[in-house]
Amino acid sequence: MIDTLMQNPTGIALLALLGLGAVFGALLGFAAVRFRTEGNPIADQVNQLLPQTQCGQCGFPGCRPYAEAIANGEAINKCPPGGQETIEALASLLDVEPEPLDAEHGEEKAPRVALIREAECIGCTKCIQACPVDAILGAAKVMHTVIADECTGCDLCVDPCPVDCIDMIERKTGIQHWRWQSPDVIASDRVAA
Amino acid sequence: MALLRVTSPHGHGQQSTSQVMSQVLLATLPGVAALTWFFGPGTLINIIFGGLMALAMEYVALAIRGRDPRPYLKDYSVLVTSTLLCIALPPYSSWWLLTVGMFSAVILGKHLFGGLGYNPFNPAMVGYVVLLISFPLQMSTWAAPVGWSGAPGLGEALTALLQPATYDAITLATPLDVLKHNQGLLLDDLYRESASFGQWAGLGWEWVNLGFLLGGGWLLYRRVFTWHAPLAMLATLGLAAAVGFDDGSSQSGGSPLFHWLSGASMFGAFFIITDPVSSATSLRGKLIFGALAGLLVYLIRVAGNYPDAIAFAVLIMNFAAPLIDQYTQPQTYGHGDRGEKS
Amino acid sequence: MIEVHTIKGGIHPPEEKALSNPGHVIDCPMPPKLILPLNQHIGAAAEPIVAVGQYVLGGECLATATGLVSANVHAPTSGVIASIDDHPVPHASGLSNCCIELIPDGEDKWLALNGTDDFRQATPADLVTAIRCAGISGMGGAGFPTAVKLMASDRTPIDTLIINGTECEPYITADDTLMQVNPAGIIEGAEILAFIVGAERILFAVEDNKPEAAAALTQAVVDTASSVAREVVTFPTKYPSGGEKQLIEILTGQQVPSGKLPADLGIVCQNTGTAVAVRDAVVVGRPLTHRIVTLTGRALNKPANYRVPLGTPIEFLLSIAGYQAEQSSRLVHGGPMMGFAIDDPRIPVVKTTNCVLAPTEQEFPSAPSAQACIRCGHCAEACPASLLPQQLYWYARARDQEQLERHNLFDCIECGACAWVCPSHIPLVQYYRAAKGFIQDSREEKIRSERSQARFEARQARVEREAQAREAKRAARKAAAQAKTTQDTEEDPIQAAVARAKARKSEQEVTE
Repeated sequence: MIDTLMQNPTGIALLALLGLGAVFGALLGFAAVRFRTEGNPIADQVNQLLPQTQCGQCGFPGCRPYAEAIANGEAINKCPPGGQETIEALASLLDVEPEPLDAEHGEEKAPRVALIREAECIGCTKCIQACPVDAILGAAKVMHTVIADECTGCDLCVDPCPVDCIDMIERKTGIQHWRWQSPDVIASDRVAA
Repeated sequence: MALLRVTSPHGHGQQSTSQVMSQVLLATLPGVAALTWFFGPGTLINIIFGGLMALAMEYVALAIRGRDPRPYLKDYSVLVTSTLLCIALPPYSSWWLLTVGMFSAVILGKHLFGGLGYNPFNPAMVGYVVLLISFPLQMSTWAAPVGWSGAPGLGEALTALLQPATYDAITLATPLDVLKHNQGLLLDDLYRESASFGQWAGLGWEWVNLGFLLGGGWLLYRRVFTWHAPLAMLATLGLAAAVGFDDGSSQSGGSPLFHWLSGASMFGAFFIITDPVSSATSLRGKLIFGALAGLLVYLIRVAGNYPDAIAFAVLIMNFAAPLIDQYTQPQTYGHGDRGEKS
Repeated sequence: MIEVHTIKGGIHPPEEKALSNPGHVIDCPMPPKLILPLNQHIGAAAEPIVAVGQYVLGGECLATATGLVSANVHAPTSGVIASIDDHPVPHASGLSNCCIELIPDGEDKWLALNGTDDFRQATPADLVTAIRCAGISGMGGAGFPTAVKLMASDRTPIDTLIINGTECEPYITADDTLMQVNPAGIIEGAEILAFIVGAERILFAVEDNKPEAAAALTQAVVDTASSVAREVVTFPTKYPSGGEKQLIEILTGQQVPSGKLPADLGIVCQNTGTAVAVRDAVVVGRPLTHRIVTLTGRALNKPANYRVPLGTPIEFLLSIAGYQAEQSSRLVHGGPMMGFAIDDPRIPVVKTTNCVLAPTEQEFPSAPSAQACIRCGHCAEACPASLLPQQLYWYARARDQEQLERHNLFDCIECGACAWVCPSHIPLVQYYRAAKGFIQDSREEKIRSERSQARFEARQARVEREAQAREAKRAARKAAAQAKTTQDTEEDPIQAAVARAKARKSEQEVTE
């Protein structure tokens, strides 16, 4: 039998490949069962990087659905509150190219909070029901007010208000929140005009 | 007068990159003088021609990259690369050899990686190795050290450069060559018989190495680099040579003094492995870098195919530099065990 | 005699101390107005307790500390409160903050001051209260409320008090001058501080470029008796030996563990100016209203050390010192290594203003543009914290938070030694400051987003619960309705109605 094999190199090659394939296939199958993970850890990791404003600007009903979509291949540049920082963090997590923010879904704006003009509020609770993080305090026929520290600036409360008494104002910055800026790109790296 | 909006620190020390580079160029003078004295004007012609080619190539490379060339050319870094490479090349090399060498060093070894500060390999050594592997014949013949009077004159030197086919060289095997091809002679006999040997090591070569030692010592004094890498390299080289000395038998690898003063040992120790961009950054890392380079130099010289080994040893260590850096990080203040109350 | 150690790294920039003639203090005349920021210290801003138009006496408290880490603000002289409004303050940002503007009336009438002759009769807690009431915060440059720092001794035993007279930054001679002019005040203040924290020894740290100051302190130690061991320690001049962590390493050989305080090693460190302020507060009853400021730099005709009321606008000080604006391209609040540039000279002197520097262009030429890093490693050799500035630079440019934290970015004391030695003129410290900023921002963002996520999930759960409760109620109502109908009739009432209608129809048909 060895002789027949020796005279038939193609046969040997075929046998070797089939054998290796069988061995590795068995190993992989074993690993798939033995080391199976529950749930989708990638989706969790992506969710950790998203800003949790639950605003829906990405087109998904909340941050976790978008995270799961990203884990299934959705584009990573749809989150305006996260901005370019988040896109780059996602790009480095998933090992893909970072892209600029998709303008269709909104632009990156400075962080904002909602403010209810209390003189005009009628106490209808529509905004309370809309807020995804329960940042509005109030009850039926009673004054509503936004808890600024909990507000994520998603502006889902603005549309439902029947008397249009909610403003989105920029989060206060002052000397306490000032940060140093990184130096300009070094002069010799600037491309000649 | 409008007040500047600037950040601290508001003052600055005296060192600048162009100053560092020009000091390195100055420090090569004693060695180059020795080379010229023993081998004629060949090295000087190399340096001048090579320098011009390198400047031109750097200008073109920067223009292609869309950068303003002037601040870069003013920092003399490309001149240092070209000078070091030209010192390492045989004198009376032809223009095409020098051009290919400069191209490899400046473009392949430096600009393809992003320019000054971004190259992982020593550019001069990249140029040298490309030439050595591509043109082994031209790179392994070295002019004879016949002294200034016996050496080719300026006219002949220019012929060698521009019309190499018509140039008739007088060459002599270098001492390292001779040792490598030694068949059974005891070291003392070898030294006596071969014309390549001088008082302590190679004829002419010993003075060249002493010249570079002088230049390197001056750079140490001026604190352009620290003693760690050069000393580690020379010490390890000497130690390895002492181990392989075998009492001067025919199997000997050469004495420590021989290794220190021949080939490019001193040049490599003070001008090549001290290139900051491609070597290890921490001081402990520099010690390791130098030591391993010294060991490699000895091994390649004695057991490898090439008579001189500085270029290969340095390039191999350049590969290892990031790994060395990772494992030789100094302990930050407050992270050690010195925080315990005594 | 204690053994003096050395710190790794460090640099030796030109000292230029003689320029400001240390050892002599000139009393600065009262400016036409005083601007007193409510926040001159680390921590929360103080809250004003006076009103616009109110007449106040010198030494009167104008604003009280808000919370624990805060400090009071007092009037340096008598006068009228002109406004309580935003005004440019000494801060790297150049931004404004709330300040009390006081117009001196020229009379300099003061409150009655109540000090104590023998501080040992009081308890340490009372003394800390006195220090707190006097609004004292660290005068070496950081500005940490002193009362809070001293309270550390409640938690951990303290055995060593270090009085920091190092003043390692070039040009600044305020502490040097204080040590020569009022050594007794420093010694007495140190005694009080040691009594408060329970220290067994006091070390007065002076660099060896200040021999007169060391001699004055040594003489004052000899002239007074004390129950604790005291020693004036001199050590070789090197920048930045005066940083608290570095000084502790020099004097004791120990390193403050990362993230911990000197108090955890049993050490408390105070500046000489703070010691004198403590003495004045306890012995005389005088709050912190004045300090010594070094006015120096070759763009001044009369560089010197001035005793200045807090709140004096810097432009007033500069005019007193003979400032030549056309010769100077920058003004620096602080020293040349760590001070920040002033772009509005109306800002006032605050508790942490140890120096105002007005250099000429030759003294500090404008920095050339940064070149590429050549990995020379000089920065790592100079770093007193044994960091790898080169790596921090690359990671800061890449905004790689994980690597920056792994390379201990937050152990950087921002001394500037690395940028000083960099041959490529890279503004290294700027990169680290910006990196610390964006890492802190991202940490705050993370905390905020985790909180939002928790609230969102809690809300989802609540909405689920409510929906299920409604469902359950509806199901229960339906079941109850079903049960009721089957109890009353055998058949479906609709069917019965249809049957009746059919029956009526067929009757009608039969009738026709």
